[in-house]
Amino acid sequence: MQADVFFFWILAPLLVVSAFAVIVAKNPVHSVLFLILSFVCAAGLFLLMGAEFLAMILVVVYVGAVAVLFLFVVMLLDVDFTRMRQGFVEYLPQGLLIALVVAIELIYVVSGLGPSQRAAAAATPEGMLSNTAALGEVLYTRYFYFFQAAGMILLTAMIGAIVLTLHHKPGVKRQDIGAQVARDPKTSVEVRKVPSRAGI
Amino acid sequence: MGIGLANYLGLAAIVFTIGIAGIILNHKNIIIILMSVELILLAVNINLIAFSTYSGDLTGQAFALFILTVAAAEAAIGLAILVAYYRNRGSIAVEDINSLKG
Repeated sequence: MQADVFFFWILAPLLVVSAFAVIVAKNPVHSVLFLILSFVCAAGLFLLMGAEFLAMILVVVYVGAVAVLFLFVVMLLDVDFTRMRQGFVEYLPQGLLIALVVAIELIYVVSGLGPSQRAAAAATPEGMLSNTAALGEVLYTRYFYFFQAAGMILLTAMIGAIVLTLHHKPGVKRQDIGAQVARDPKTSVEVRKVPSRAGI
Repeated sequence: MGIGLANYLGLAAIVFTIGIAGIILNHKNIIIILMSVELILLAVNINLIAFSTYSGDLTGQAFALFILTVAAAEAAIGLAILVAYYRNRGSIAVEDINSLKG
């Protein structure tokens, strides 16, 4: 038995089971942890397919950032999650029906492919150092504008997230550099005539 | 028998279906809905990388990278909206988000 067959049949069922656990877990914290498990399984599958760079990106960006962000938000918001579970059972028939239809359609399409005889890990051209170098070769030449656009999307998302969640508490003194620079003696200095033996 | 393209595509189809079922079943919990969207995008990525590997073309991996970017941006913005909404209303139940309903 080849190693890729062995690992595929370990990782793929684990991915399916953990993805299923994400949607049926009662506690959203458990859902996030199962989401992390499914990302790790998917990263293993990416490695099997020879996409090492994307596998590492998946672990770093998803497990390290996005899933932790989810965990942070779930724990930050003090929400009654039992109320949100209502309607799970009454929507079960519709949900299962739609899922079944979609699954049958997709698997029908896939089953028409027939067995593929091409070897895996063929995407990296011969003579290249690694998958990462090959991907960079494609990304920085043919898809350079897409790459720039992806950077702009991330910048927009970052600014948007900050603007959405930043709020100033009233009554807190903050440094306002514009106001400081705009001061002049006319507005900031007041000359008063102080009478002798009396306060201001 | 080796692992072929059909194995990966079938796996991606199952994960995609689980994501869709998650959106329908947890239609009151917006956090689980966001996680289901992440699962769907993961299935799309598995598809793209499988096609990339079995056709010997790196374009699929490049586009999988862009999908990862957009998914990360979407998760960040979605959770930011969620936090802002919770701060205003004290609730994130989907059925409470009906202020614009006439």
